[in-house]
Amino acid sequence: MKKLLMASAAMALMAGAASAEEIKIGIILGFTGPIESLTPSMAAGAELAIKEVSDSGLLLDGATVSAVRADSTCIDAGAATAAAERLVTSDGVSGIMGADCSGVTSAILSNVAVPNGVVMISPSATSPALSSADDNGLFFRTAPSDARQGQVMSDILLEEGIKSVAVTYTNNDYGKGLADAFEAAYTAAGGTVTINAAHEDGKADYSAEVGALASAGGDRLVVAGYVDQGGSGIVRAALDSGAFDTFHFPDGMIGAKLEENFGDEIDGSTGQHPGTDSPGIAKFTEMVGDSFDATSPFTPESYDAAALMLMAMQAAGSSDSTVYKTKIMDVANAPGEKIYPGELAKALQIIKDGGDVDYVGATAVELIGAGESAGNYRQIVIEGGKVTTVKYR
Amino acid sequence: MDFLNAIVALANFVIIPAVAYGSQLALGALGVTLIYGILRFSNFAHGDTMAFGTMVTILVTWWLQAQGITLGPLPTALLALPFGILGCMALLLLTDKLVYRFYREQKAKPMILVIVSTGVMFIMNGLVRLIIGPDDQRFADGERFIITAREFKQMTGLQEGLALKTTQGITVVTAVVVVALLFWFLNRTRTGKSMRAYSDNEDLALLSGINPERVVTYTWLIVAALATVAGTLYGLDKSYKPFVYFQLLLPIFASAIVGGLGSPIGAIAGGFVIAFSEVTITYAWKKVLGYLMPDSLAPDGLVQLLSTDYKFAVSFVILLIVLLFRPTGLFGGKSA
Repeated sequence: MKKLLMASAAMALMAGAASAEEIKIGIILGFTGPIESLTPSMAAGAELAIKEVSDSGLLLDGATVSAVRADSTCIDAGAATAAAERLVTSDGVSGIMGADCSGVTSAILSNVAVPNGVVMISPSATSPALSSADDNGLFFRTAPSDARQGQVMSDILLEEGIKSVAVTYTNNDYGKGLADAFEAAYTAAGGTVTINAAHEDGKADYSAEVGALASAGGDRLVVAGYVDQGGSGIVRAALDSGAFDTFHFPDGMIGAKLEENFGDEIDGSTGQHPGTDSPGIAKFTEMVGDSFDATSPFTPESYDAAALMLMAMQAAGSSDSTVYKTKIMDVANAPGEKIYPGELAKALQIIKDGGDVDYVGATAVELIGAGESAGNYRQIVIEGGKVTTVKYR
Repeated sequence: MDFLNAIVALANFVIIPAVAYGSQLALGALGVTLIYGILRFSNFAHGDTMAFGTMVTILVTWWLQAQGITLGPLPTALLALPFGILGCMALLLLTDKLVYRFYREQKAKPMILVIVSTGVMFIMNGLVRLIIGPDDQRFADGERFIITAREFKQMTGLQEGLALKTTQGITVVTAVVVVALLFWFLNRTRTGKSMRAYSDNEDLALLSGINPERVVTYTWLIVAALATVAGTLYGLDKSYKPFVYFQLLLPIFASAIVGGLGSPIGAIAGGFVIAFSEVTITYAWKKVLGYLMPDSLAPDGLVQLLSTDYKFAVSFVILLIVLLFRPTGLFGGKSA
């Protein structure tokens, strides 16, 4: 036993003594579970950034970076915590790119990341509750909080001259968080929410729900649901009964299914979903080519999350979470040279030479508040049965 | 004018949907109540029987549509309905032969049969998912509306619209026809009378020479027809998803028990009681009252007794009240 201890101690010393450090980044996403169709390209996006940095040989005097994947399951907090624990204690990762769903993200943050002092950057957790999580400055996200989406929604509706709306949301954390954020922003700006009612997904009949919404009234119906779930059922029932003619759709409702299901019946309806017209996304898509789907939701955000983490290490001159956590906001925001996808080597060189960078990345990253993306949204309107862009905000 | 607006709003959001839903529940509850009255057990597989019959109807509808055969303004599914009924009859006779007959010969207790029907439910559920998949299926075609809300507003000049979907019209008409046929059959034909005799007193019926196997077979055939019609109407009016039919089992049983298990007229009344209470108790009366009352008294709040989240709780509360005060149901069926 003594010998073994001696041997491992020696090994550890040798590893530490090696000139070029070997940095590991944990990628914890729901490779199984409800969003398993999205996670492969998200992980590939993060690994692309990691490879780009590692190949450049510029990080911390030639350190190599590798990725270790783990499964967050998206819904099982216990399994996600155990997987993250393994990443930190057994793989010894220097930072965690993840997690994906808001519930498991807050579980990993409070049970693993904060106790062990490891930086965590989520590409996709949007719950407003995470903004005020007790994180010791370790948690960041390249996805905007839904509180921000609620604000954007409120702005769009008020600019359109809509002063009173009915709100229905899918009965889960996403729907409730978004609906509440919207109601707070909208009423603060002088609008009226006539009713804020939940609907359950997967039902065949929404006439009772629509009856209540119609009775409450409002110029437009806000549907904070899913297009391939109850959200479409609500819209269908509202159109059929003549309760509402126009709607407002947040991100969960905007998809090809919306055009397919309703076509020009919902002309004049508005909506918004995360999106940007920054040149970054075009560069990212071009760089990825055919190797995976660069336009899949939260894939560019994943690339940005990993890139931010590595650049912060360079800026801090250390891969120690407690040291580089303070640098993440610096590299993400102005001032400094703008950095787009594929320019990570250039960024590392600038930082090494003592310069400053402003990481734009694939999603026009701008971190605000407690370290979350300011969020860029594409405002849309339905015209002739097609989703058309109005502008970006 | 305001009074008319109030009536129209109420009709559009409460009366029409509740009548359509009530007809669908009533047809489903009739099937449950017949099995309870004649075969003497609660058939938990009824929801999935409906799903199976509807599935056959949908498959035939798709085939007809592919052949270019349609019913013009009416849904093609009505043409496919007889095939669905035949498919469902075949399934139920097969289940009876393979499963229920064994227990009937053993004179098994009703509770055992209930558990057996739960097993049958899972198998039918799996069968349906295996064949058509767990997803939503659309099979309605033809004209969608008899009158749309917008047309109604233009026609009458009222503020409120009234929409009547073709499927809602068909549901009510079909339900009336089916119920009339059923009652004629039970009250006027020899087979129907022998079924009622068997239901009233099994031993007496056997003594007077009624063939029990024949009665059982006819019961299954009628139940198959009722289940397929109910399922197809529900699928046309709302949407077809196997899991939703499984969930329908609860309001259907509530309807049958509220009306009195074993009583056909009770099943119909129970269906409408459940449907109307689900819709009216969760309805926000603000608009209707706003039209009826003078401006100074018009309500600010929603005037909603229960949020729509509790829709399903309503049928259970009614069920509990009925079981507490009238255990045999409103129309005095057998004790539940």
